[in-house]
This record gives sequence, structure tokens and C-alpha cells, in this order.
Amino acid sequence: MTGVLAIDPLLFGELKWMPLVIVALKVLVIFVVGLVGTMFMVWFERKVIAGMQNRIGPNKAGPFGILQTLADGVKLFFKEDLLPDRADRFVFRLAPFLAFVPAFLVWAVLPLGGDYRDGNRGLVEWFGHATRVQLADPPVGILLVLALSSIAVYGIMLAGWSSGSKYPLLGAVRATAQMVSYEAALGLSLAAVLLTSGSLSTVGIVGTQDSLSNWNVVATGVVPFVIFVIAATAELNRPPFDLVEAEQELVGGFNTEYSSLRFALFFLAEFMNTITMSGVIVTLFLGGPQPLAIGDWTADIPLVGNGLEGTIWFLLKLLLFLYIYVWFRATLPRLRYDQLMDLGWKVLIPISLGWFLLLAALRLGRDEDWNVWLVAGVSVAGLLVAAVVMFGAMKVSGRNRQQGAVY
Amino acid sequence: MSDFLRDYLTVVWFGLAALVLGSLLLGLAALVRPVKPNASKLIAYESGVDPVGIGWSQSQIRYYVFALLFVIFDVEAVFIFPWAASIERYGTFGLVVMLAFIVLLLDGLLYAWKRGLLRWV
Amino acid sequence: MQLVVFVIASLMVLVGAVGVVLRRHPVHAALSLVLTLFGVAVHFVAQEAHFLAAVQVIVYAGAIVVLFLFVIMLLGVDSADDLRIERLPIQRPLAAVMGVGIVGLLIAAVVATRGSEPLQAGAGINVAGVGIDDAVAGHDANITQLAGNLFADYVFAFELTSVLLIVAVAGTVVLTRREKPPSEEDAP
Repeated sequence: MTGVLAIDPLLFGELKWMPLVIVALKVLVIFVVGLVGTMFMVWFERKVIAGMQNRIGPNKAGPFGILQTLADGVKLFFKEDLLPDRADRFVFRLAPFLAFVPAFLVWAVLPLGGDYRDGNRGLVEWFGHATRVQLADPPVGILLVLALSSIAVYGIMLAGWSSGSKYPLLGAVRATAQMVSYEAALGLSLAAVLLTSGSLSTVGIVGTQDSLSNWNVVATGVVPFVIFVIAATAELNRPPFDLVEAEQELVGGFNTEYSSLRFALFFLAEFMNTITMSGVIVTLFLGGPQPLAIGDWTADIPLVGNGLEGTIWFLLKLLLFLYIYVWFRATLPRLRYDQLMDLGWKVLIPISLGWFLLLAALRLGRDEDWNVWLVAGVSVAGLLVAAVVMFGAMKVSGRNRQQGAVY
Repeated sequence: MSDFLRDYLTVVWFGLAALVLGSLLLGLAALVRPVKPNASKLIAYESGVDPVGIGWSQSQIRYYVFALLFVIFDVEAVFIFPWAASIERYGTFGLVVMLAFIVLLLDGLLYAWKRGLLRWV
Repeated sequence: MQLVVFVIASLMVLVGAVGVVLRRHPVHAALSLVLTLFGVAVHFVAQEAHFLAAVQVIVYAGAIVVLFLFVIMLLGVDSADDLRIERLPIQRPLAAVMGVGIVGLLIAAVVATRGSEPLQAGAGINVAGVGIDDAVAGHDANITQLAGNLFADYVFAFELTSVLLIVAVAGTVVLTRREKPPSEEDAP
């Protein structure tokens, strides 16, 4: 199956041109779509949030102000690039790339379309070659996303550190602690998805979600989905988790000392991360390019081939999530740092672990014909015990606080 | 050379393309933008006021605590992944093994919680 | 092709390793360490140990080096840190002994396996008695194989890992927490 992507630019002698061209085309298209999509996202966010706040928003550059981002980019392009004299020069230059490249790379493993109906594993025909609307499908695709998001942490941490300035450092340390905390929750809620899909490759994960009841958002019971969305928002440093750039206390956060295009790279990375993370959520929980299907009925878009339809479905779901992120930003006030840490460690991680065990028990129970009610009963009892122990810990901790114990 | 490796290679090309794009943009901008640094421009901006002391201050130990807890839970998640992906293979025994593993680690979290480590200030 | 990947990855590992030793600034040393860890991940990919490669990046580069960086920031080290002051005098001789020991082990391993057939990439798959069917073998064999090792063959070691991790939690609690004498009143 992977043989269809038979491209090996470095294998001399047996060079096949068509697959090479297809891959080059994919790289180009994803690149352009990624960049244009990011520009669109910035405009979309400003416009939607303006609507929610009863303003007009950008409306001068181009129709509906759609070229506003481009104008901003061009402005940044011509700005002087300052390197603070106390900065660590090498790391200061390196950091924007550490933020920008991982943001791009996530695109490579997302299934952006393709025909997944009737057990067809995302293959479409391009120029007579069966291929996927996806750059690459490594066997551990979704772990690659996690790995990339852990690299993105470096971009922020090093940017703040290398500036040789107090607020960026503070912002960077905060951001890092926040991102790693929620990465734990992210990973644990991902485990629930693996239970139902049994595969770590993105194609495999999309492949199992062939109808609404098999979409992981339903199949895992909404809890992991909610946890994943919250953790992803925190991972992106987006409101209500944007303590990294809390203007009132930290000036601009980790990128205060950056100017000109280096700043633009951070900005681009941030918005691209928003899009790709939405894409990851869609892939993991909402079936990616799978059409909406309930039972035997499939919502088929007329006049469009199945291959292209996957892309349309993916984009629709993606847009939904982008809108939700903007909505979060317009609606929710920023959390305090202690609230942030409490939410991550005391709520999300215990719940995702507990829910994972519950799902695993139910799944095994179904496989091995256990009594469903027995499993449910034992699980509920277990959860109750856990809750009691947890509240006990909370009480002890609270008592200690009142007695004034500190670090 | 296997098919899998080709997949990774594609990812590497893509990453290189992103790198090249970034460098190209920066390089092009370096040609057109003004370069007129002076002493006061190069002072760290911070909050607009002249900075006092060195920029690298010590951070609090709390951050370290959370980073360490993260290492532990990251390792835990990594152990959970292969089990979750092939759960039916190990049946009840696997569940018991995993239950013991997770409960033990949750104990750790609870202990840290009880001793007030998870409390921010 | 295998050779090209091998050379690139090995270069990453070696440059990183030399960087860790030679860079004076602890943050630069930590970054060199990241390069080394990446190189090792590339080696893993070349051997078709995909899961290990991803885990290498997630756990080592993503968590442990971040922890190192936190420690560096905790100490507030800047470039002027003086390396001549030895806090633990035994450190250097101990490091030398360890280094020689590791080199010895590596040489012993190379010598011992000199005559044996080189392992083909991906040959590790299917050796355990986990009966992998062909459908899975293509994509998820790696994880299945690893799960077989963890949850069937070495389950005791796996459980011990959790004990190790919980000891780490307890250690953190003990090390970072200090009871405040009740006479002081001011809150931090």
C-alpha cells in the first residue's frame, strides 16, 4: 500500500518521474495553502472578533480587508531588525526557526482529503497514480505531531531566554511550564483515541471513523475530546490560556525583543499552529475527510467526486474549529496562573487517566463478553474511591495551606 | 531503502523547504530594510524603561516541580500508547497490569497534591 | 542510501556530543544535547524503530532537556559562570572513569559481535511470539512488537518502571518542599 508512494529521489537508476512530480506538487500545494491559509486565519480572526465586539474590523486593504495580513507582512518586511546587545546572538537567531518549522511540519502528516469510503484507505487517483491527499503517512504519524509540539516549546523558551530581558524570560518560563503541563493531558487524552483506532498512523485513525457513531468524539465518549480541545488551546497559548503574552503584566511576552521579520515568523507560527492543531483535532475526533454518515445514510455532496469531497469535508470541519477558537477568544477571560495549573494537573490529568481506564475496561468487557453492568458498576465504584482519595488529598493540602506551609 | 523511510524523507524535504523559505524571507528582507543601529536602540526594550540589572534572573523552583512531574507523566503516556493500540491482545491480564501502573502513578500525583506541590503560591 | 542516512545521523550525534562537552554556556550545551538526541532518533528511524524514534524526541528532547533548561534557569546561570570552582571535587575523576568505562563497553560490544551477520532494518519485527498478522505487519507492527515486549515478556520490569517513577515524584516532594517555621508570618 505504501508502495504507491514509491518515490525515492536519491535512488539512482530507477528514477520514476511521475510519483516524484506528484510529491513535489503536494509539497508546493501544501506550502502555498499553508501560508495563504495562515493569512486567511489572521484576517478571519480579526474580522469575526470585530463582529462579535460590534466593530467593523479590517476593511481597507482589498475587498473586506482580506489583504490586511499581506499589508502587515509587507510592513514588517521593511522594518529594521534589531538584535538587542545583551541577547545571545546565536540562539536569538535560531529561535524563530524552531517555532516556524515545526508549525509547518505538522501539515505533512495530516490527511487533507481523499476517499475513505467503503474501506478505501484514502487513495485517490492523480495522473494515473494512486496516491493520498497527504504528504506522508509515517507509522507513528500522530506521535510525530506530539514530538513536533514538544519541539515548538523550544522556540518559545529559547526566544524568551536569549533576549536577555526580564519580561521575555518570565513569559518564556511561564509558557514552557504551561505547555508541558498541558502536553501531559494532551498525550493522555490521545490514548483514548488509540483505544478505538488501534493505530498510530493518521490514515489508520481516520479509517476507523466511517460513520458518526464511529467518530472518536462519540466512540470515546465526549470527555477525551473536551480535554483534548482544552489542552490544545493551552498548548497553542491562545485565549483563555494566553498568559504567555499577558500584555498587562509581561509587555509582549516571549517575543518582546523581536522585531521585523523575525517577529513575523513567530506570528506566522502561532497562527499556523492554530490551523494545524484544529486539523489534528478534526483528524483525531471528527473523522478528518470522512463525510458525515449516520447508519447507512451518507451526506453526499452532489456533483463532486469522492476524492475531492474528502477535502471539502475536511475544510468544513476545520473552519468550524477555527471559528470556535475565535469564539473562545472573544468570550472567555484569561485564567490566572494558579487556576491554569490547577486545571491542568488537578482536573484534566486525573480525569483523562480515569476515563481512559473506564474506556479500556468497557472495551475489554465487550471483547471478552463480560457483564456490561458489572464492568460499569466496578468502574463507578473505582472512580468513587478515587474521588474520595482525591478529596482527601485536597483537604490535607488545604489544611496545610492554612497552617502556612510553603516551598 | 524501505517505503517507510521514504515517508520520513518526504517530511524532511518539507521541513527543509520551510527552513529555506524562512531563511529566504529573512535574507531578502536584509537587503531592503534599513540598518541604522545605535546604542539606545540596542538596549533591551523590556517595558520601555531602561533595564535594571542583568536580564537573566533566577526563576522559581515551582516551574521545576511541574517540569519534573511532566517528565513522569510523559513517560507514562508513552507506556500507555502501545498498550492502547493493541489492547485486545493482552486481555484481562493486560488491563490488570495497566491498572496497577496507572494507579501507582496517580498515587504519585495525589501524594504531590497532598503535600501541596501542585499549589501555585 | 542507508549509508547516507547513517553518516548524517552519526554526524549529528557526534557534533552534538562534542558540543555538550565543549560549549561553555550551559544553555548551548543543552541545545547540543538536543542535536545528539535527534541524531539518535534518526538512527532509530533508519532501523525502522519508528515508535522509539518518536518517543526519543517526545521524552528526551521534549521533556528531559526542558527539565535541564529549567534547572539552568533556576540557577540563574549567565555566561560569566566560572567553571574553575569545583563544588564536588570527585566529579571530574568520576566522569573520567565513567567515560573510559563506556568506551570499554562499546569496544567490547563491537568486538563481541564482529563475526555475526548485520541485522537488516526491520528484522526485529516478528521475532517475538506475538503472532502478527499480515494486515497489521505493514504499519503497526512496530508498536505491536513493542507492546508484546512490554506487556508479555518483560511485564515485571514494566511495573518496576512505575515504582521508579513514583520514587521520582516522592523525591521531588522531599527536595523542593520545606516547612516554613511557624514564627514567620509573611506569605510569599
